[in-house]
Amino acid sequence: MKKRLLLISLLVLTFAFVGAVRAQDLSGQLEIFSWWAGDEGPALEALIALYNSQNPGVEVINATVTGGSGVNARAVLKTRMLGGTPPDTFQVHAGEELTGTWVVADRMEDLSDLYASEGWNEAFPADLIDLLTVDGGIYSVPVNIHRSNVLWYNPAKIAEWGVTVPATWDEFLAACPTFQEAGVIPLVVGEAWTVNHLWESVALGVLGADGWNGIWTGETAPAGEEMLGVWNKFNEVLACSNLGADSAGLSWQQAIDKVVAGEAAFNIMGDWAAGYMTTTLGLEPGTGFGFAAAPGTAGTFMWLSDSFGLPVGAPNVDNTIAWLKVLGSVEGQNAFNPLKGSIPARVDAVSAAPELYNAYLQSAAADWGSNRLVGSLVHGVAANERFMGDFNTVMEVFVASRSAEASANAMAAVCITSGACGG
Amino acid sequence: MRSNRDRLIAFVMLLPSLILVGIFVYGFITQAIQTSMTDWGQNPEQPPLAANVVKSFVGLQNYQNIMTDTLEFTFRNSLINTFFFTVFFVLGCVVAGLLLALLLDQNVKGEAFFRTVFLFPMALSFVVTGTIWRWMLQPNGGINILPQALLGLPPIQFTWINNRDVWLPFEWGNVPMYVTMLGIAILAFMAINYALSRRWRATQYAVIAAVVVLLIFLARLWDFIWLPLDTPEAETPIAPKGFNAALIGIIIAAVWQMSGYTMAMFIAGIRGVPEELREAARVDGCSEIDVYRRIVLPQLNPIILSAMIVLGHISLKIFDLVFAMAGPDNAKTVVPGLLVYTEGFRENAFAKASAIAVIMLFFVAVIIVPYLWSQLRQSSQER
Repeated sequence: MKKRLLLISLLVLTFAFVGAVRAQDLSGQLEIFSWWAGDEGPALEALIALYNSQNPGVEVINATVTGGSGVNARAVLKTRMLGGTPPDTFQVHAGEELTGTWVVADRMEDLSDLYASEGWNEAFPADLIDLLTVDGGIYSVPVNIHRSNVLWYNPAKIAEWGVTVPATWDEFLAACPTFQEAGVIPLVVGEAWTVNHLWESVALGVLGADGWNGIWTGETAPAGEEMLGVWNKFNEVLACSNLGADSAGLSWQQAIDKVVAGEAAFNIMGDWAAGYMTTTLGLEPGTGFGFAAAPGTAGTFMWLSDSFGLPVGAPNVDNTIAWLKVLGSVEGQNAFNPLKGSIPARVDAVSAAPELYNAYLQSAAADWGSNRLVGSLVHGVAANERFMGDFNTVMEVFVASRSAEASANAMAAVCITSGACGG
Repeated sequence: MRSNRDRLIAFVMLLPSLILVGIFVYGFITQAIQTSMTDWGQNPEQPPLAANVVKSFVGLQNYQNIMTDTLEFTFRNSLINTFFFTVFFVLGCVVAGLLLALLLDQNVKGEAFFRTVFLFPMALSFVVTGTIWRWMLQPNGGINILPQALLGLPPIQFTWINNRDVWLPFEWGNVPMYVTMLGIAILAFMAINYALSRRWRATQYAVIAAVVVLLIFLARLWDFIWLPLDTPEAETPIAPKGFNAALIGIIIAAVWQMSGYTMAMFIAGIRGVPEELREAARVDGCSEIDVYRRIVLPQLNPIILSAMIVLGHISLKIFDLVFAMAGPDNAKTVVPGLLVYTEGFRENAFAKASAIAVIMLFFVAVIIVPYLWSQLRQSSQER
């Protein structure tokens, strides 16, 4: 308690001095813990460069642990937090991965004062801030936004096959035999988590935004009629996929490769796929690859976001506050996102420098400002980590039994053990 | 006096390592067992990562859960996978190693070169092996298109790690039956052995009778334990259990890596057989095949045993190879080591992960402890 009071007073002091003290006066170190290595490294480097230009006295330690969506970094972070040596700040998916794991454990500092002083309450969408908030406190600063429910295709091939891009799952299922007769995989999936990723788009398409949110508030019964409908639809969709043929050995990039090569018609993947196709494969959005909201989900933006917070017991609080300010600024968000291939979480950032963003990102940013926003399950927004892990078991029940009832019952059981479904 | 001083010095010299082993091995084993009997991560009221998390004692609840809960079938599948993986991996390594050793024993040209070639995979880490084999076992490439590329034959259709077939179906409810069958087989073997050697003694009768009674009792007990477990799974047919064909690729990679090691052990063993023995056998009119069958192989028995012990504990604890080849989420190739990681560090179910780790420790101990025991006894007898 005493330590807490001390920290809070320290924070207050920091804010009081922020106006008076020049940024250059900060010194010491800042350890940034993230999983942004490899392809995403340059985007983080750009942020660090911006930070260093404002705070030349601070030595930044860039601690990265590789592994997509932080699978390995999260394990390392947990050992550090349990061992009592937290980094100054760490990357965490906004939503339950932040609140359900760290905030409920009293491991994070409240940043709502910083939000007020920086004017972030207006800059970020309210739906987003809601998922960073627990009991009135706001606990992290979102850097970027990715979209989960995107359908990718190859426009030239689609024209060649003479099909239209499906707007609903029923349209997709109707077009499915056409592809199969042509020897094309209608919908390509990859290793286990990409199947879960497909599931959340199918579930959103069947349930709609309210139904999807209802799962996490307890209004949509996990074993109810609507969820049975989701599993049945998912079953039909998977019958039009490569699941069980060669899926388990494909990374998400290899799945996208099949769409680009014309071996598969569609793929559902988050919009990091756009970054992969423009940067690595050198394709133009709109002509080289096509994109649309996943069938049945137009007007809804299923988001995930990387954010940074201030852990309790961070060694360099002032340096971290300065870092969070850089992250939340228009300048910082525009330095990071064009390189990362994501859109800024701030609604006013893209209009400040539209030339930085390609056609896909501009369209995503427009949707981010206008669409209904719902959180992704697979990427840590909607449900706690216990549920996310146990959902793999639910999926295995489904893949093995192909029974909607068995899967829905399994999900209901997981809802109870994890306590993730409200009620 | 002198010997007392020697003992004191020896004790002081050993003390640091005793303390370190005491803390970092036995201390942490105790802590894992302790954690496995709490509800850390199981109670939604208590955030598992809080600094002041309350861990209540729940006894063997976690063990009961992973053994009986319908949704914990992943853990039970991992036990089945470990069983089949261990059997085929150890068998494959022993057979392949022995074959290579026998071939190299034929005075081939460039023996040292081949020995190095066969031993080389052992120098790689399991992660490297796993990555290489993952590429080679792609359903649409690698060795599947090898016959096509070399001979123009149709490509192999087997999907390796993607495969969802289950061979040698298995039901937990039949475990008592398997145990009984095994017991009967052992008894029959012993009976024939004794009958042939005609060394029946009263104590042996007593031992056999006791074993029979124990087996029947165990079979009843296991019936009692396992049958309720199978009922919920029978109602919702979740997944067929047995030897997952997806493991074949992983077994191949593991055998590829470790058979060089058994080969080296066998070569050392074969070279350890005195040439005089072989000569004597040849003089007595023994064919070359019989020299191996009757003279060399019997001398290799202790080597086979230690190879099985070493390989057995590797396969029970396997993690990195499966992680690199199939990832942590492939339910068909899941092993307990992977579950400890995912349950503990992804789902924050630390108590459950500890329970799985303790069960792994138990299985490894079952293999290692009798071996160490017999080794210790042997060395004290020799003294």
